[in-house]
This record gives sequence, C-alpha cells and structure tokens, in this order.
Amino acid sequence: METLNYLNSEHGLASWLLTKDHKRIALLYLASITFFFFLGGLFAFMIRVELLTPAGDVMTADTYNKMFTMHGVVMVFFFLIPSIPAVLGNFLIPIMIGAKDLAFPRINLLSWYIYVLGGLFTLTAALSGGVDTGWTFYTPYSTAAANSHVITAALGVFITGFSSILTGLNFIVTVHRMRAPGLTWFRLPLFVWAHYATSLIMILGTPVIAITVLLVAAERMLHLGIFDPALGGDPVLFQHLFWFYSHPAVYIMILPAMGVISEIVQAFSRKNIFGYSFIAFSSLAIAIIGFLVWGHHIFVAGQSVYAGMIFSFLSFVVAIPSAIKVFNWTATIYKGSVRLDSPMLYAFGFLGLFTIGGLTGLFLASMGLDIHVHDTYFVVAHFHYIMVGGAIMGYLGGLHYWWPKITGRLYPEGWAKFAALMVFVGFNLTFFPQFVAGYLGMPRRYHAYPDEFQVLNVASTLGASVLSVGYVLPMIYFVWSIFRGQKSTADPWGARGLEWETPSPPPTENFFVTPIVTHGTHQYAPSKEVGIV
Amino acid sequence: MFTNFPFFPEQASAQAAQVDGIYFFMLAGTAFFSLLIASLVAISAIKYRRRHKDEIGADIHGSLALELLWTVIPFFISMVMFAWGAKVFFDIYRPPAGAMEVYVVGKQWMWKAQHMDGMREINELHVPVGRPVKLTMGSEDVLHSFYIPSFRVKADVIPGRYNVLWFTATKPGKYHLFCAEYCGTKHSGMIGWIYAMEPSEFQAWLGGGNTNVTPAAAGEKLFQDFVCSSCHRDDAQARGPQLKGLFGKNVELQGGGTAVADESYIRESIVQPQAKIVNGFLPIMPTFQGLVTEEQLLQLIAYVRSLGEAVPPAATPQAPGKD
Repeated sequence: METLNYLNSEHGLASWLLTKDHKRIALLYLASITFFFFLGGLFAFMIRVELLTPAGDVMTADTYNKMFTMHGVVMVFFFLIPSIPAVLGNFLIPIMIGAKDLAFPRINLLSWYIYVLGGLFTLTAALSGGVDTGWTFYTPYSTAAANSHVITAALGVFITGFSSILTGLNFIVTVHRMRAPGLTWFRLPLFVWAHYATSLIMILGTPVIAITVLLVAAERMLHLGIFDPALGGDPVLFQHLFWFYSHPAVYIMILPAMGVISEIVQAFSRKNIFGYSFIAFSSLAIAIIGFLVWGHHIFVAGQSVYAGMIFSFLSFVVAIPSAIKVFNWTATIYKGSVRLDSPMLYAFGFLGLFTIGGLTGLFLASMGLDIHVHDTYFVVAHFHYIMVGGAIMGYLGGLHYWWPKITGRLYPEGWAKFAALMVFVGFNLTFFPQFVAGYLGMPRRYHAYPDEFQVLNVASTLGASVLSVGYVLPMIYFVWSIFRGQKSTADPWGARGLEWETPSPPPTENFFVTPIVTHGTHQYAPSKEVGIV
Repeated sequence: MFTNFPFFPEQASAQAAQVDGIYFFMLAGTAFFSLLIASLVAISAIKYRRRHKDEIGADIHGSLALELLWTVIPFFISMVMFAWGAKVFFDIYRPPAGAMEVYVVGKQWMWKAQHMDGMREINELHVPVGRPVKLTMGSEDVLHSFYIPSFRVKADVIPGRYNVLWFTATKPGKYHLFCAEYCGTKHSGMIGWIYAMEPSEFQAWLGGGNTNVTPAAAGEKLFQDFVCSSCHRDDAQARGPQLKGLFGKNVELQGGGTAVADESYIRESIVQPQAKIVNGFLPIMPTFQGLVTEEQLLQLIAYVRSLGEAVPPAATPQAPGKD
C-alpha cells in the first residue's frame, strides 16, 4: 500500500480541474506550458526550414511572417513568462517556506484558467489564419496595415496577463505571510527571493502591456488615433509603452531561472551559496533598474540623444547585478563537493550561455554599436542566448532537479546527461552563427536573404535539428519515469532545504508537522548559524 | 554553391571603423569574461569533484572584499563601453554642415530617393565617396528602417515625421541597402543597392538623368496647383505667414513658445495646420493630409527652403576674455 500523497489522495478529472492544491495546479501548468512549448518550437522549426535556402521557396512570405510572429507570441507569453514561476514556483514556494499552500489557493486555480483562456484566444488566432505583426505588434503596421487576426491575438496576450498578475500577487502575499516559524527573510532559499523579485515585476509591469495591446485593438477597431500618425497618433509612443513592459518581461523570464541555478549550484556543490545577500539583493536591483532601461530598444527611432544616453547608461548599470550573480555562483563551486549530475550540467550550461548572452547585451546597450546591430540577427542571437540559453536551461535544470520530488520517481540519468549535452551543442550551433550573420548585416524577420548569408543559416538549421532532439528526449524519459522510474527517496541528491525534508511526492498538506527553521537553506556544514554576508 | 561567404562586413564609410572599434573592444571583453568564468567553473568542477558519497563542501559564506572587487571592476569597464558608445553615437547622429542632401521616402515595399538636382531613383542610391551625404527620410505608410551594413548606419523611417541619416562613403563599390524594420509581406524584398562612386563619375551619372525638375521646382508647381499662394503671399495683408526666409527661423507661436521651422515643422504645418499656429494668424488653413504624398511634401519643403534660409542661429558669442 502506497503512502498517501498529493497525487494519489484523490482521483478523477474533477479532482484535477477543481483542485486547490498548488502542487496539482503546478502540474496543470506543466501540461499546458509543455503544449505551448512544442507548438512554439514547431513554428521555430518552420522558420529554420525556410531559411535553409536564400530564396523564399518553402512557404509564402505571408506564411513566413506568421510563423515568426506566432513563434514569438507563443514562446514569450505562453511559455517563457509563466514557465518557471507557474510550474516550479507554484510547486515549490509553499514547500520551501514550510507552508501548506499559497495564500490564495482559489486565485491560483483561477490564474490557470485565465492562462488557458488567453491561450485559446491565441490558438484561435493561429488556427483561423494567423497573425503577421511580429510578437512586438509595432504600430502603425498592427493597427492600420496588417491584414491578419491581430485583435484575437492581442486579446490573448491581454487575458493571459491577468494570470501573471494573479500569480505574482499570490507569491508576494505568501512569502510575506506564510513563512514557517524561524524562517526569517535571510534564511529564505534564493529561489524564493528570485520569485519575489519576479512577482514585483509581474504586478507592476503587466498592466502596462495589457493596456497597450488593448489600445492597439481599440485603434484597429474604432480608429481612435493613438499610435497611427494618419489618425493623429504617435507610432513611437507604442514602442515606449510596449518596451516599458517587455524589457522588464525579460527579467520575468530570467530571474526565476537564476533562482533555480542558485539552488542547483548549492545542492551539487554541497555548499551554501557564496554571498547570499548579494545574490538576494541583486535580484531586487535587477527588478527595479530593469524598469528604467526600455529606451535602449529605440536608439535609432529618432529618440532624443540625451534620453538615449540615460537609457544606455542604465542598461550598463543593470548588467552589474547579473555579473555579481555569475561571480558568486562561480565562487560557490570553489572548494565544493561537486557532482556533475544532469541538473548541474544544465546549471553549467546556463553559466556559460547566460554569460555570453548578458555580455552581448552590452553590445546593444552601447549606442554607437547598436546603430549597426539593431534589428539584425545579432539581436536575435543575443536574446536567444538569454531566453533559451538562460531561461530554458534554468527551467530544464529545475525540472530535472525537482522531478523526483514532483513525481516521486527517478529518471534515467544517462539519458538525461545525453539530452543536456544535445541541448548545449544544438543551442550553440543554432545561435552562435546568428551573431556572425547579424554583424554582417542580415536583418531579422527576412523571408528571403542574399546568398552570402547561406552558410551561416544552414549551420543554424542544423543546430536547430540537434536542439530539437535534446528537447524531445526529456519528454520521453520523464513520461517513462512516471510509470517505470525507480522510486525516489525524500532526498535523492543529498541536498538541503525544506522541500527535501518531506516525502517524495509530498503529502497534500506538504508537511505532516509544520517545520521549525533554525538556519538558512543549503546548510551542509554541521552546526553554526549562517552569517549574513 | 557556397563560394561567397564573408564573416565580417566591409568597411566602406568613415563611420565603419569607429563602430568596429567598439565592437572589437567589447568582443575582447566578452571573450575574456566568458573564458574566465568557463575555466574557473571547469577547474573547480574537476579539482573539487565529489570523491566519496558523504563528502560536503567547505564552509565558506562569502567575502566582502571579493564582492566589491567584482562589482567595481565590471562597473568601470562598462562605463568605458558606455562612454565610447555614446561618443560614437553623437558623431554619427549629427550631420555636418554642407552635406550633400537627398530626400528618401520609404513605402511598402520600395525605397524612393530624390537628389536635389532632380535625379530620382528607386531601390538604388548613388553617392559620391569622400563627401558627407545627409538623407532626410519619411514614410508613406508604416515603419521602415534604412540600413547600410557596410557603412554601419541605420535609422528608422517613421510615418508622420522625418528622421535623418548621414554617412561619408570612403570606398567606391556596390553595397546592400536593407529595410531593417519589419513592414509587412515583402519586408525582405524592400532591399536595394548603394553605389558609392568617385566624385567625377558621380557628376557624370547625375548629368545623365532624364529629368531635370528639381524638388524645389516641383514644389513650386505644387504650390501653385494647390493655390497655396492665395494666402501665403508676400504682402502684409496675407492671411498666412510669409514663407520667404522662413526655413530655419525661430517662429513665435500662438499661446507662447517657439518652434524652429525645420522640415518636420513645415510638414506638420501642411498636414496638421492646427497643431501649431503662428502668432498673429487665424487657424483657418485646411489640412492637406491625404491630398499630398510624402514625396510631394518633401518637394514643398524644398520649395520653401529655396525661398531663402535663415542663417542658423550663431553660436553663443564668446564670453569676453578675463585675462
């Protein structure tokens, strides 16, 4: 007879669709997010197939334009933004702070339904013919010229934004109000700090994108004259509003991944983090400064040079807290007890790729250089290093690390290592050539391109094929492990933290007895209170 | 099949070397820090690999000195990058006086250029080497972006306003012109060629044109056709402001404030006359939005310009020497 846990305590579809258990809601998110990930990946693959040859010969220009638009919309709004917070954050935050659930379990379930509703709008837009504005919805193309399902897609983004806001709200209240006795702020796992910072951005930034896409829909339907100069509007105003959210949104994607990396690096070095408070506060610094850098997307749109200088300066400043994190992770591994299990491989991949992604971001923050590389494949390469090399590496690393906790089963480690390697190699082969193509001058969103860029594009498509194998493999062995995987103990990695003190999978109420916390997380060395550095 | 595949773009303008300078500096910085992190991680991972099952890491919590070190050093390096990038941007942003002027209009999906002596081109632009060229650019429909990779210059072309781009070509040749801002179906077809020519060849090319109507002359004709002259007359009773010597002047506006009568101001005064009313005049001018094309607007501006330009405001006089 199996012990009672959150998976076997109730049965039937209704027990899932009406659940208020944060762990089950996390799995609902996992299923829907995985669906959107592979949908977005399919669009990406179509793009790569078209770009194998210089001529636009696989699909029409309009179809191609819809492919990269749908790829961006699905990946950004329906995969990257919710991925780590809604799946891993949802599952782990209450457990990590010794609570029974999030502060508002019903709102948590509501946020999933809102996400699905937004997703249905976007799917409707995709199935009824697609959108071709680019995920950026730039005006006046989106409001006056585009002849596709802009309003449906925009409403999808609008609706799903509320799911983000509610999740952020839930996390903030939970972290403030529901910590176990003795769990002071500076004993919190860094994963929780990262999500706290992320939640701040979610609730402060998301309303702005919601209003902005609503204005796009309004101008398209009612000819209100907000962004279209023919109606007396200002197209650059849209860019300010859009990036006011969408740049911080990059930090919504990367901060949770940084939280995951902090946990993995400590667990697989059997050593507590180097410079705990620097990592914790750098998350907050990124969240705050990240709101003040949006103008670096508009250097060549005729923005005032002085405004440009301030945005450029702040964009360099926001890189510093990220650099601090990278140095601290590196120092954490020093004199650790290091094991290269698959989660750690993803963490190492993250360290390398995020470093390159972050540093190439400085190329774009530099005004003089941005003139040349803006809107080229250099930008495409840069943000994929952050979002795929950073955020997805973090997500996959986290899934592998906590999979035994979530399912109570172990996955085949050999296959996991192989998949991690495929992801790393495939990723670099896909996106590194795009830096070169970008500096050569290949503009983004090109259906056809001059011959001299072909070698680089063939390499990219080849890499994408390898990468897709790396993504499909975990799908297979994760599902396999649920049925056939070896049973996991409460703490299969020999890690530290409240989530490893409860059984795998945890009981519905997370802990049989409310834990009392006496020290920081990842305390491997015996005794001794962790000092705040 | 793969005979021509460069890995670095040609340097064909005065700006190119400046931009590449920052690029190489940042590339060196990126390579240094990436390799530093990668090798530190690799060395630690090997040297401190777990040797038996229950081994734990050393009890180290941090070091304020190290934190300061890796905050301050990257900060100073990034400030060098920031200042260098800003300086290059300023240089590229401000067109020098006396540049050769060309009007450019972007529309779905082509580039139209008009030289001041009347020569027109589509999806091509001929320029002389060694002389600054200033493009004043507008859009007929949506956003576009004028991008010449070999010159390392790019500027968005925005409907409803003018944006300026300038460069000095240094090497004769044929270079890509791309639209860099997504503009719809044939965005990737909105491309063309820049021909940089020796000045003498350029003069010969200009002389070979089949049209000699200058933008200013075309503008004058439009001015007559639209009967603008019935209000914008030279006499004191005219219902509209005088246009002679207007271009570049500071105009006093109703309700206070002034505006410089530059290209954007004149454009706005034609399509949205009510936006800024000159002091002493009534808001009676009808809008010409939709009646004139972007090209015609540029011709009208060229005409107003040909009526005489105000001397650009003199630099602030030197303060009397104190020595």
